[in-house]
Amino acid sequence: MAFYTSFGTVLLLLAVTAPLALGFGFAAAAGSRSAFFPVKWLSNIYMAIVRGVPDIAFFLFFVIALDQGLEWMRHQVLCPDWDQPIRQGNDFIVCAAAKLPQNSAPEIYHQIYGFALAVLTFAIVFGAFAGNVVAGAFKAVPHGQIETAEAYGMTKRQTFWRIMVPQMWTYALPGLSNLWMVLIKATPLLFLLGVEDVVYWAKELGGTKTARFTDYPHGDWRMYYFFGLLVFYLLFTKVSEVVLSRITRKLSHGQATAAGEAMRKAGAGA
Amino acid sequence: MSCSETIASYAFRSLGFGERRLPTTDITLCDQVTLIGSGMLWNIYFGLLAILFGFFSAQAIALAKASSNKAIRKPAEWFIFVFRGSPLFIQFFFGYFLFLSLKQAFPLFGNLTDAWLGAAIVLWLNTTAYSAEIFFGALMAVPKGDLESADAYGFSGWPRFRRIVWPTMLRLAWPAYTNEAIFIFHSTTLVFFSGFPALQQKGDALYYASYFADKTFNPFIPYPILAGYFVLVTLCIITIFGLIGKRLNRHLPQGRIKRPRLMSQIFR
Repeated sequence: MAFYTSFGTVLLLLAVTAPLALGFGFAAAAGSRSAFFPVKWLSNIYMAIVRGVPDIAFFLFFVIALDQGLEWMRHQVLCPDWDQPIRQGNDFIVCAAAKLPQNSAPEIYHQIYGFALAVLTFAIVFGAFAGNVVAGAFKAVPHGQIETAEAYGMTKRQTFWRIMVPQMWTYALPGLSNLWMVLIKATPLLFLLGVEDVVYWAKELGGTKTARFTDYPHGDWRMYYFFGLLVFYLLFTKVSEVVLSRITRKLSHGQATAAGEAMRKAGAGA
Repeated sequence: MSCSETIASYAFRSLGFGERRLPTTDITLCDQVTLIGSGMLWNIYFGLLAILFGFFSAQAIALAKASSNKAIRKPAEWFIFVFRGSPLFIQFFFGYFLFLSLKQAFPLFGNLTDAWLGAAIVLWLNTTAYSAEIFFGALMAVPKGDLESADAYGFSGWPRFRRIVWPTMLRLAWPAYTNEAIFIFHSTTLVFFSGFPALQQKGDALYYASYFADKTFNPFIPYPILAGYFVLVTLCIITIFGLIGKRLNRHLPQGRIKRPRLMSQIFR
């Protein structure tokens, strides 16, 4: 039944988006530390703007913007001899060959394309948040560590990859786990992007059914469906909390932080 | 239609005054700026209401969570868990359909399905839970020395809370609470995209922005306008909360006020 597979859609989105967003965030944070100032400015502006504007506005914006951007690029490449303007009044017209996905493509490709756009949008928005967290974590790495690395004659690149990056994670984790919770809670917005997710099906199936149209007539059940979703998300959050606290314990091991110190003492005492 | 005419007919369109029909053809930049700005009135209304009521209820819940009495502590913990653990979007949907069934059972609750009341209640409960967690964290972070000094001076009960604990708690919570205020303003955009209907096209800023994006099929104009408005609101919040924060910190040696690092990480 579509309602149950839509839970799979949500989980799949989380599984694909989280690493991608982390990648965006890492790139933005590394960029904001760059000595080359256009890269630095670009990453800082990216992080500042996305944080300052409601994320739902970005979800609505990027889906159309990315779609049009891709079609425009394909249009430039595939149809060089098209002489009419692309924006005609209120219409956005590209040649048929540049349409994404192709009009003739089967339904499943349209769905995959929509899903991919949603993933990219989520990654762009949450990448900015992750970038903020990771940038803060880079700053939190004790200065002595960097000085020691320099004293050993490491180059800037070596210091960054061998000293900063491995130590940064323990400082970034509280922020990142918070972000994971936020990401979970942002998934129902998928519904707005046209992906048929849990919210769509809850609305659809819960709505009033009359005997004329279906075999299972019932009144307005949407309240119960949404209550079910509420419980689903609560359980998911709880499970994530438990898993994340385990990871935190693991990462604090052997680090020069209060948590790591407490674990060392506890180990020595036992 | 000139721009001043547009402003005259659409400035309060979101509240139901002025021209009934939204512009459908020949949409100018002025139309978009005016209507999206008109929608911002709703965002500001929801945000202010939630912050105003949430500020007080959140402290009550935070104190309840810090209580040593289990019968008071447990409900507060559950309240915070439910509202922080589930998406606001689902809360809006569930709230709307709950209000809908309430309305059908008891006509007395007729207004609950209207956005101005129902959505405001959901937002209020939501921000209460988030702020309560912030205030609870701050309450736990009140320095031990302050409490011991208060005891030594003979403070106890209500005066101790009012004069010693409460100001410190507020001071510690303030940076995180500023964040929460910004986020609740951002969340107000969800109202008309969940169950709550925009009757007679009286919607908020995002409602009009997406209306224009649909009509012109060009997202590059309405959404940046919306973003501009929200950046303005965010700057206002930062300024006002910054001034309050400065007042809360005025007894400390200026120049080296330490911002609690952990608290700034608690955001949505």
